[in-house]
Amino acid sequence: MSLVERQDTIGQNTAVWDGGMGSVSDYVALLKPRVMSLVIFTAFVGLMLAPGSVHPVLGAVAILCIAIGAGASGALNMWYDADIDEIMSRTRKRPIPAGKITRDEALAFGITLSIGSIVTLGLLVNWFAGAFLAFTIFFYVIIYTMWLKRSTPQNIVIGGAAGAFPPMVGWASVTGGVSLESFVLFLIIFMWTPPHFWALALFKSGDYRAAGVPMLPVVAGETSTRHHILAYSLLLAPIGIAPYFLGFATPVYGIASAALGLAFVALAVDVWRKREGDEARKACVRLFKFSIFYLFLLFALLLGESLIVGA
Amino acid sequence: MVKEEQGIKLTPEQTKRRRSRSVAIAVVLAALVALFYVVTIVKLGPGVIDRPL
Repeated sequence: MSLVERQDTIGQNTAVWDGGMGSVSDYVALLKPRVMSLVIFTAFVGLMLAPGSVHPVLGAVAILCIAIGAGASGALNMWYDADIDEIMSRTRKRPIPAGKITRDEALAFGITLSIGSIVTLGLLVNWFAGAFLAFTIFFYVIIYTMWLKRSTPQNIVIGGAAGAFPPMVGWASVTGGVSLESFVLFLIIFMWTPPHFWALALFKSGDYRAAGVPMLPVVAGETSTRHHILAYSLLLAPIGIAPYFLGFATPVYGIASAALGLAFVALAVDVWRKREGDEARKACVRLFKFSIFYLFLLFALLLGESLIVGA
Repeated sequence: MVKEEQGIKLTPEQTKRRRSRSVAIAVVLAALVALFYVVTIVKLGPGVIDRPL
C-alpha cells in the first residue's frame, strides 16, 4: 500500500491511497479462472474415479475447496510475479500490473483463500485431503513461483507437479489416501506439462527473455527445447494409455488414448522438424492447442467411462 | 465545533468499489453459513436433533 500526503483546499493534510480500486471481477481475475477450470475438471475426474462413494454435497464441497485453493495459488503467484507480469505481453493486463489491485491486496486475498480452502476441506471432507491441498499450494507458490521459476530451465518440469496434484486431491477426498491409480492421473498431467509449456515458450520466448525467466528456449536454445518436447511426448504417449493397462479404463479408452498419444507425438515430430520461419511457429501453436485438447479428452473419456460403468 | 476528520480520504470511485466488494464478501459469507449448515445436516443426518441430554 502506498500513501501520498497532500494538502487539501482548507490546508489540512490528508492521505491519498492508491489501493482499493479493485472491482469484484478484478479479484476473480486474480484467481486465474482458466487454470482453475482445468483444476476443477481434473479434480472432479479424480473424485469420480476413486473407489467407494462420497455424498454429493461433500463431493461438491471438495471440488469447491480444491478450486478455491488453486485460485489462491494463482493470486499468490500474481503477487510474487507482479514485476515480470508487467514485462510480458501475455500477462501485462493482469490486475496488479494493470494497477487495479495492489500487491498487498493480492497477498492478503491469496493467504485468506488458501487458509479458508484448506481448513474447509479438512473440516468438512477429510484432513488428508486438506493437508494435500495445503502441500499443493505450498508447492506452487514456494517451490515453483518463488524458487524454481526464476532459477532453472527445469522450472516447469518440477513445478508442473503442482498442476498435476488436483486429481490426487480429488481422489483423496473420497478415499482419505492415495493409490497407484491416482498417481497415474498425476503422472499424465506431470508428463504433459513440459511439452505443453515448452511449445508455448517457443513462440513466446521473446517475452520470457525480456522478463529474465530462464525458460528452456531462452537458456538452452530452441533446438534443445525441440529435443526435449519430442522426448517428453514419447514418454507421455504410453503413460496416457496406462489407465487401461492398470485396469481402471476400458479398451475404448485404451484405443482412444493410443490414437491421441500418436497424434501428440506426430505433432511433436513436426515441431522438431520445422525449425525456421512461420512454419515452425505454426507447428508450435498446433502442438500447444492440441495438447490442451489431448489432456481434456483423456480425462473426459475416463470420466465418461466412470459414469457409464458406475451407473 | 465539529473537528475535521484526518487520515485517508477515499475517492468516490474507491468508495463505490469498496461497496461492491463488501456486497460480494457478504454474499460469500452467507453462502458459507448455508454450506456449513447443509454439511452438518448431511454428516449428522437426523441424529443432529436426536442426542442424549
